[in-house]
Amino acid sequence: MSLRSISRSILFGVPIGLTFLDTVGYVARVEGISMQPALNPGSTNKDYVFLSRWAVRDYNIKRGDVISLSSPKDPNQKIIKRVVALQGDVVSTIGYKNQYVKIPEGHCWVEGDHTGHTLDSNTFGPVSLGLINAKAVSIVWPPARWQKLEAKLPESRKPLSIAM
Amino acid sequence: MTIFKVLGKTCGFFGYVIQYACITHCTFEYIGDFVMCSGPSMEPTLESNNILLTEHLTPRLQRLRRGDIVIAKSPSNPKQNICKRITGLPGDKVKGHFPKRSQVVPRGHVWLEGDNSTNSSDSRLYGPVPQGLIRSRVVCRVWPLNKISSLTEY
Repeated sequence: MSLRSISRSILFGVPIGLTFLDTVGYVARVEGISMQPALNPGSTNKDYVFLSRWAVRDYNIKRGDVISLSSPKDPNQKIIKRVVALQGDVVSTIGYKNQYVKIPEGHCWVEGDHTGHTLDSNTFGPVSLGLINAKAVSIVWPPARWQKLEAKLPESRKPLSIAM
Repeated sequence: MTIFKVLGKTCGFFGYVIQYACITHCTFEYIGDFVMCSGPSMEPTLESNNILLTEHLTPRLQRLRRGDIVIAKSPSNPKQNICKRITGLPGDKVKGHFPKRSQVVPRGHVWLEGDNSTNSSDSRLYGPVPQGLIRSRVVCRVWPLNKISSLTEY
């Protein structure tokens, strides 16, 4: 294989790979304890999740979905949280400046499962849907933890009122 | 035999289409693209139906400065893009309409305002905008042809 054909396949291969990662999805490692017990239940081994970009292509998310989004505080950082409420819902907050918050248009309320050990909407308020990066579909590694991530919300964290 | 030949040709053709589609996607997503803007909020700098050349490198590398014109996703509707000028970076003191008092732009956010301050819905209305929503920085205007001009210097 000549140098020319190698550089040619790189030139065409890299964009195809990037486009695939951008539109279909990719696998990422979960850091931190904010989503315990759903993700990273033990402290030693880290879970790898498949993040589907395709699932959020037109910002269709449901309450209870696990999503990854760019942190509003630091655009370089990606955080993984659970959607608690969508636009128009009223949530009862934990330690936010207002006890009850009505989610404004085009925003959602995200929280980590590990209440008290997570930096989420209770700190920075409702987040704009435009910050959503991908939806976590399943845990792919380690093999013993292989499972789909279900959309579920504990009864105590359901929004107080749900917009139609 | 001919069937295989036709099949091979078709596959090759689709391969090329996919290759070039991917290259286009990456160029528009990572390097730069063209945007047509509409609405009065950036007059007199920009008018409706101007076409702008934008680049995606500066927002990705966090090198935005005060005075840059940027394209961002609208905070209240992610499918809509807005084109505004950055007037405040994190830590700057700015003044909004609601609440009507000066506030400090929080970390990871920017303050966006339209040049046409009497007819623009911007940060003065919906507050600081997270930097993660910024898609690209406007470099120059390419259409109409008699108004080609660089827009990077304020």
